[in-house]
Amino acid sequence: MSETVSAAEPGKAPEESEQCESYLEAGGHTLMSWLTTTDHKRIGILYAIAITFFFFIAGIAIGLVRLELMSPRGLFLSDDEYNRLFSLHGIVMVWFFLVPSIPATFGNFFLPLMIGAKDVAFPRLNLLSWYVYLLAAGFACYAIVAGGVDTGWTFYTPFSSLYSNGNVLAAAAGVFVAGFSSIATGVNFITTTHMLRAPGMTWFRLPLFVWAIYATSVVIVLATPILAMSLLLIIAERLFGLPVFNPNDGGDPILFQHLFWFYSHPAVYIMILPAMGVISEVFTCFARRHIFGYAMMIYAILGIAVIGFFVWGHHMFVSGESQFANLMFSLLSFLVAVPSAIKVFNWTATLYRGSISFEAPMVYAMGFVGLFTMGGLTGLFLASIPIDVHVTDTYFVVAHFHYIMVGGSVSAFFAALHFWWPKITGKLYSEAWARFAAVIMFLGFNSTFLPQYIMGYTGMPRRYHVYPPEFQAYHVLSSMGALVLLTAYMLPLVYLTWSLFHGKKAPANPWRATGLEWQTPSPPPEYNFEEIPRVDTLPYEYHPENQGGPFRPQGKVIGGK
Amino acid sequence: MSDDPSVVQFPWPTVARQREGVAFGMWTFLGSEILFFGGLLLTYAVYRTLYPQAFNSGSAATDIFYGTINTALLLTSSFIMTMALRGSESGSRGVVAACMLTTAAFGLAFLAVKGLEYAEDIDKHLVPGPHFPLHPPARLFFAFYWVATGVHAIHLLVGILVAVFLGIRVALRQMAPESTAIEAASLYWHFVDSVWIVLYALIYLPGRSGA
Ligand SMILES: [Cu+2]
Repeated sequence: MSETVSAAEPGKAPEESEQCESYLEAGGHTLMSWLTTTDHKRIGILYAIAITFFFFIAGIAIGLVRLELMSPRGLFLSDDEYNRLFSLHGIVMVWFFLVPSIPATFGNFFLPLMIGAKDVAFPRLNLLSWYVYLLAAGFACYAIVAGGVDTGWTFYTPFSSLYSNGNVLAAAAGVFVAGFSSIATGVNFITTTHMLRAPGMTWFRLPLFVWAIYATSVVIVLATPILAMSLLLIIAERLFGLPVFNPNDGGDPILFQHLFWFYSHPAVYIMILPAMGVISEVFTCFARRHIFGYAMMIYAILGIAVIGFFVWGHHMFVSGESQFANLMFSLLSFLVAVPSAIKVFNWTATLYRGSISFEAPMVYAMGFVGLFTMGGLTGLFLASIPIDVHVTDTYFVVAHFHYIMVGGSVSAFFAALHFWWPKITGKLYSEAWARFAAVIMFLGFNSTFLPQYIMGYTGMPRRYHVYPPEFQAYHVLSSMGALVLLTAYMLPLVYLTWSLFHGKKAPANPWRATGLEWQTPSPPPEYNFEEIPRVDTLPYEYHPENQGGPFRPQGKVIGGK
Repeated sequence: MSDDPSVVQFPWPTVARQREGVAFGMWTFLGSEILFFGGLLLTYAVYRTLYPQAFNSGSAATDIFYGTINTALLLTSSFIMTMALRGSESGSRGVVAACMLTTAAFGLAFLAVKGLEYAEDIDKHLVPGPHFPLHPPARLFFAFYWVATGVHAIHLLVGILVAVFLGIRVALRQMAPESTAIEAASLYWHFVDSVWIVLYALIYLPGRSGA
């Protein structure tokens, strides 16, 4: 049937101006032109604005928590207020910042550019996902304004379903709806990667960032629905009294933990895989090296995505799992560390004999590798049952996952932001300030969370605001670190905004990078490329430069204006 | 086949590619849906293993008459949906519009029957609450019953709205009968139908074999 189809000219793609207006100009400057855009680049920016807002909301919450913890008797919060603040911090940071952070912003902006496509597969669905996110955010904001939630970000039953008097319904509904936004984005990215690669862009020529976003999308699509269902069951129990997890009717509250962690462990990889993709782009570019073990990096990404689905039980070593289940989950948790370690080794090997320069993205990326390694190694402590039993629900665990999610993912988010800022905005930022902020962020992070490892190991439980005085020194150190960290997060807000108005104009390829996204003007035209590029080489062909030749872009260079 | 330029949409290069992509995207979404219902089915599996007797007595309290009528309605609707897809392939506007709207009508009939069944269930106090007539673990069965059929009904409602929307647009010539949305809608419809077949077995059949 399909051969009789007209040689269809691509949809509505207009050929209006040969001048190639940038995506910031085309379509106009009005607010409506942004709110109704289906351009993946603009949607990426819409997401960036929304998640930045929530990053600071959740940041304020934890700022108050850290302030409260300066004194062992507490300073100004009641027990209930304290519970609500750290729950707010966790829920908002995880679902309204970290999960969408890199995929929905940089993934949206760069996935089509890096594979040589004009847009994502379903542009309107892409915009819809942003509005769904806003709807979810509305629920979350309502939950916050109406008094907050006190369940922690984990919504454990039967507390969440039967006893909590917080706004569990609104918060759970918010997270439930946010899940659909994630799934829509995931479906879109998977289809885009399968269907819209430029000629010559084979699977084994994809930049690792694309692989990472692809794998993340698969995890999102397969894990998020389980979270949605488990929250729906809580909602059913709270709202309609349908007893799914109620022990009085023979229900099993532990079942909720299984469902929750079946999503929430893979969710850790939703947050860290895109970060790993960013690091591969940045390291190769600033070491002027081909990535070490390209194929192995891909298998490592896929290995993490797959094995990550089978380790959830390590969150439940003390929940009464059978000994046999504990052993299996422990073993699998050790196994999932192998591909992560491969990635760290390969990044290190990529640097070897490279000509390394320390531009801001590189400094952030190196911070990532250090912090991620520390978070990963302490993850091995936690995979080992005896140690996990010892440190369950202590600050050791808190420090571990913050090293991964904040030290890892947020550092990588900033690496990506600085790496691609000239492409996104067409402006250059102040290199000196950016490097300064990167160093401050690394130091601030460590002084916040290193003490938490120590106090956790020596017995400080998480989620308490009244504690024995011997832990005060660690808490004060941690709170001071948080202040430094806050400064480090505010700085980019200032110098990046400044660069928008006063920054130098960025050339198409300021880093002399090989990716397709750099072979189009900065900022890119509305449909990304004047013509679809043709790809004839592997990514990261920086080597020839070391022998005096030019680096080799992945596709034909198309000059800007 | 029509050369209607409204079929191909940005950013797809050709209709054929778009058709492939839309089906691919829908299948990916359905993969997600399978896990969504999978979480629910897992709770069913756990509790039925723990309390087989209670699940049999719970199932015995349901009305298999309604369930069976509804299964027949949905299976027929899927057949008609397939005819709509055939119509789309041959580009016949009338067939697509008529079959889409008939499919939606069958979906509505399902919801109507479901409504009658719900009314009867509520009459018999089969909503877990103070007057619930069965032994406590059977409350778990009915928690599943309400959540599963409710979630399924919402899915069906979405399917009906989509079918009506597409049917009307095709009828009013606002959309080509070859639109790739037809196949996506039919995939979704068949999925919702398949979920019901599983739910039918899990809700109405336990303990009825007489064994
Ligand atoms: Cu885990």
